[in-house]
Amino acid sequence: MKKTKVKIFSLQAAGLLLITALLGACGSGDTTKENTEAGKSAATTVTIKGSDTVLPLAQQEAEKYMQKNAGAAITVVGGGTGVGISAMQEGTTDLAMASRALKTEEKLKLRGAQKDVKEVLIAYDALSVVVHPSNKVSQLTREQLEGIFTGKIANWQAVGGNNEKIVAYSRETSSGTYEFFKEHVLDKKNYASGILMMPATGSIVQSVSQTPGAIGYIGLAYETKEVKALSVSYDQGKTFVAPGVEAAKNKTYPISRPLYFFYDAAVDGKVKPFVDFVLSAEGQKIVQETGYVPLS
Amino acid sequence: MKRYFHNLGEKIIVALLALSGTVTSLTVLLIVFFLFKEGLGIFSLSPVSEGTVIAVNSQNPVKELSAHQLKEISDQNITNWQEVGGPNAPIKLFRIDDLTEYFSEEQLGKDFEFVPQRINEVIAKEPNMLAFFPDEYLAKSFQGRQLQLDNISVPDFLGGTEWYPTITPAVQMGVLPLILGTLWVSFGAILLALPLGLATAIYMAEIANSRVRNILKPVIELLAGIPSVVYGFFGLVVVVPLIQDIFGLPVGETALAGSIILGIMALPTIISVSEDAMRTTPRAMKEASLALGASKWQTIYKVIIPYSISGISTAAILGIGRAIGETMAVLMVTGNASVIPNTFLEPVRTIPATIAAELGEAPQGGIHYKALFALGCILFLLTLIINLTVDFVSAKKKENR
Repeated sequence: MKKTKVKIFSLQAAGLLLITALLGACGSGDTTKENTEAGKSAATTVTIKGSDTVLPLAQQEAEKYMQKNAGAAITVVGGGTGVGISAMQEGTTDLAMASRALKTEEKLKLRGAQKDVKEVLIAYDALSVVVHPSNKVSQLTREQLEGIFTGKIANWQAVGGNNEKIVAYSRETSSGTYEFFKEHVLDKKNYASGILMMPATGSIVQSVSQTPGAIGYIGLAYETKEVKALSVSYDQGKTFVAPGVEAAKNKTYPISRPLYFFYDAAVDGKVKPFVDFVLSAEGQKIVQETGYVPLS
Repeated sequence: MKRYFHNLGEKIIVALLALSGTVTSLTVLLIVFFLFKEGLGIFSLSPVSEGTVIAVNSQNPVKELSAHQLKEISDQNITNWQEVGGPNAPIKLFRIDDLTEYFSEEQLGKDFEFVPQRINEVIAKEPNMLAFFPDEYLAKSFQGRQLQLDNISVPDFLGGTEWYPTITPAVQMGVLPLILGTLWVSFGAILLALPLGLATAIYMAEIANSRVRNILKPVIELLAGIPSVVYGFFGLVVVVPLIQDIFGLPVGETALAGSIILGIMALPTIISVSEDAMRTTPRAMKEASLALGASKWQTIYKVIIPYSISGISTAAILGIGRAIGETMAVLMVTGNASVIPNTFLEPVRTIPATIAAELGEAPQGGIHYKALFALGCILFLLTLIINLTVDFVSAKKKENR
């Protein structure tokens, strides 16, 4: 059990930053444990766990926060929204990062575990739909995306591309991105069973960049030159909007979502300074710098 | 006196050894017990996501729906009640989020205290409605009819072809694609690794001189020490694009990529075990063969291989065991699509990869959690069969002598 968890973790982080992150992943796997143990003695040690989408942001925020407050120690670990929320329920993390709101099932579970959970909206994120750079297609409607990810559209020809099979990449089911995309793009329909599931956003970027017929979805902050982001239309093709911080901020880009911190009210005193820092003008500036959309 | 202490020391050592033996066996038994206790729990659960109510109007003649039908309905592939044995009328779906389309916020109450009542009204009013909502919003005097789904059965679980463990309102737990995916990848791995491993073993045991052997052996043993995530990276960055180019495939994450990586990982086991077996061939037998005028190659395939055949089979079986249980490398290179594989050039999803990828998300004690433990049980049984085969084969080896 323990071993599996450590393994999942190293995979997630590893996928993000490829080999450079590999060493870090093994290393931080240990430090997390140490820090959770140390957390009992030093009140300034905070562990944050959850969504891989929020991970780069939380890392930046934590770094700046620790620079300003000597003695504060913050450990940030990824794993997926679901992982963070179950860790919070078990009390193994102080803050849970989430890229979606709590599900009813989770609310019931947390209520059952006698947890009074506080929810803090920290930023917005936009999802980019990406394809291989050589792909002719540069825009799709929501209906076409739904067709592609539910398996009804299987060839790029059907949406104005070359005669090539569509290879759709998705995140694993533990990802908040997976749920969000299903709810907001697939109209709550289920993904096709033949879809390829990747353990981390980094793996999706890697795979899409080396597969000519590929399509996948990633957080805006993960966009690189190796993949091409598509413009998306939510009004049957009348207007297409390209993903970007500006477009997400003025709400013209349709696939954007809120990012949250969740924590147990019992650890309020411990995490409050950090949460306040994230919501401060300085913290929101970091949000913008990291490629996310600030609250105001 | 001295002798007494000597005896005492020996007794303590014996007791310690016995204790560690007992502790180890108990731990193993406990783990197996825990695995099966959690895993078998799946068969007493209904596929409906925990805390969800599925309800229809009381006039609706449809008494039961299967999990598969529910999925098709919510994907809007089934849109008429006729297709599931009801009247010829369109199915009207209702989810809790749709509540705002029927009622204003005032009608729902400030703290949503009127929600149960409003849901009740909607269902009573619409004869063609199929509603999914959390059971906390079930009104006390509910006028609709709740649909109950049959518990997940063993044939459904083992024979089902769709793996959707997190969907609402009802999950689909078919593990057949996962079992076949695991066996398929392992089979491919052994197909690649056995000839190569055997050739290397023969070379090292019989042909290489001791200097070459002294270099080769540690190198091969080093292969066993590389962490599997490194193999995974190698696979994702090198093997996957290579397969895509060579076969002109739309996607490189395939069973073949998994087989190649697993084959490399199984090589050290196959080589060392079969080499050891070959080296136990008595010198007298080899020399007798050579003295009769047989060439070196003839000696190898007429004397050494038949003599060590059970050792070689053990090596192959242990190699399969290594391949079946491998998690990380496979998770990274096989694409993890839960479809039944027809060729090696298709993405597959294996049992260990599924457990690793999903266990973190599954709420403890829930249906998804139990299903993953049941997958663990299946994996355990597969490896148990393999280990028993190893025992059987090595027992035969002793008989032969």
